[in-house]
Amino acid sequence: MSAVRVAQPSVSADRWSPATLMPPWWRLYPSRILTFWLVELRKIRHDRTELYTRAVQPVLWLLIFGETFSRIRAIPTPPGISYLAYLAPGIMAQSALFIAIFFGIQIIWERDSGILTKLMATPTPRLALISGKAFAAGVRSVSQVVVILVLSAILQIHFNWNPLHLLGVAAAVVLGAAFFSCLSMTIAGIVLHRERLMGVGQAITMPLFFASNALYPVKVMPGWLQGLSAANPMSYEVDALRGMLLGTPTALPLDFGVLAVAVVAGVAAAAALLPRLAR
Amino acid sequence: MTAEIGLPEGAPPDGRQLPVACTDLRVSFGTVQAVDGVSFSIAPGEVFGLLGPNGAGKTTTIRVLTTLIRADSGAVSVFGYDTRTAAMLVRHLIGYLPQQLSADFQLTGYENVWLFARLFDLPRQQRDQRIREVLAAMGLDDVRERLVSTYSGGMVRRLELAQALVNRPALLVLDEPTIGLDPLARGDVWERVSELREETGMTVLLTTHYMEEADTLCERIALMHHGRIRSQGTPAELKARLGPGATLDDVFRHDVGTAIEDEEMTGGGRDVRRTRRTAQRLG
Ligand SMILES: Nc1ncnc2c1ncn2[C@@H]1O[C@H](COP(=O)(O)OP(=O)(O)O)[C@@H](O)[C@H]1O
Ligand SMILES: [Mg+2]
Repeated sequence: MSAVRVAQPSVSADRWSPATLMPPWWRLYPSRILTFWLVELRKIRHDRTELYTRAVQPVLWLLIFGETFSRIRAIPTPPGISYLAYLAPGIMAQSALFIAIFFGIQIIWERDSGILTKLMATPTPRLALISGKAFAAGVRSVSQVVVILVLSAILQIHFNWNPLHLLGVAAAVVLGAAFFSCLSMTIAGIVLHRERLMGVGQAITMPLFFASNALYPVKVMPGWLQGLSAANPMSYEVDALRGMLLGTPTALPLDFGVLAVAVVAGVAAAAALLPRLAR
Repeated sequence: MTAEIGLPEGAPPDGRQLPVACTDLRVSFGTVQAVDGVSFSIAPGEVFGLLGPNGAGKTTTIRVLTTLIRADSGAVSVFGYDTRTAAMLVRHLIGYLPQQLSADFQLTGYENVWLFARLFDLPRQQRDQRIREVLAAMGLDDVRERLVSTYSGGMVRRLELAQALVNRPALLVLDEPTIGLDPLARGDVWERVSELREETGMTVLLTTHYMEEADTLCERIALMHHGRIRSQGTPAELKARLGPGATLDDVFRHDVGTAIEDEEMTGGGRDVRRTRRTAQRLG
């Protein structure tokens, strides 16, 4: 049994001030985001099997769907780009989406246990908490990017391996995952129950995926789907990824601009609904 | 083995402000009046117990105090800071152990405390030492690198105490700290709390529905039922009114009109469900 010895209280008047307890917001937010980032990395390290099982799906998409559709040449791709190369960035965005959608389920799990309660009782503003979670989803997605890049190298897909472009790829995927995790946490704040969220999650992930340019170019879609695709942040993510990995013509500022705005809106929406989860 | 647990760092230097001052608090959920005009205050260094059956409104009161929810009316201040207008400061002053399990099973013991050290903005140079201190004080030194999923129920609870202590809170808030634990682990948790209390003189607010535990640990208690405080005082005062040999259970029966065990059956269904889940997870 340990004996507890006490450090003498050294509370002096000059040390006590709100300012010494709270860092300014411009340090607080990055600090909280970094915290949740690091925690997520630890979790990934502790549970590597999840990493491997999550890698299965993108591998199947590329190997089976990708190889098959390459062979039947059903989908027109930009000149000089194989369908497999065209598909890989789409699958990158897709696997980030699947990870992100899981974060709403996780936040409900954390609320049903007492984890969220305790987090919310720390000096962490709601916006910082949600931002932290959103970028944690980003970290997890980057692991998928690595898997797909490695697989692409093995399949001898011709990517632009410029490190700066790869950083840009990571940034686009992090933003995409951050947005979709906020979407998921927002829905969590509305439906409040895990089962219902799983239902809604399943109902929206596939449409989000299919109503984007992840599998096929926008121009082969019917008009109404083109409209949906233009409103879908996923399309901008995939567009940016293709631009950086394959050199297809893209408007990167527009892509990143749309993603950034989507993330800000998503964080705000999820944070606004967070008190519902705290009740 | 010795460990240092420092005294509250955040507490305002003048002893004039009460750790907790709660006036005429009211909280409702839809048609349920969970807290119905609760007033109490806690003096510096005091161990104050909110006692009552499931559904009495203890947790709801605490959730207002920890800034998690807002009251419909009434006010709570912590060391003079209003929980509505100075929420971030109030959070800095409190160490909080929620009723439900709140440790992250996917992390190690050390990482769980580390997370809270960071969320309370402990300076980097102090972090590691402080984490080791609180883990040692809770007897978790040699298991700190193990995943929490391998911990026993009592160990998880002690880890959560370590998390709540890492910011050297001026006020420690414990919501049913022994719920779902076997008697041995319960005794252990209480021992740690009273050890800590003796050594640091920290102000403690705790809730429980185990009357005998409150009797031995609390300096002052408030008996709660259906969102109201039915009586307040030191355990000795409350029992003395009923004559020699009376227990707090007798006091409850006298002041509320029913036995606390009967209340357990009918009290807040939602809470019982959650508690059961907690108990299941604790195994
Ligand atoms: N989030 C909530 N939504 C609806 N009812 C609630 C909620 N929290 C508590 N209640 C109800 O409020 C009453 C008081 O609950 P609580 O404060 O948890 O009591 P205690 O902690 O004393 O067991 C109970 O009837 C409970 O069902
Ligand atoms: Mg309770």
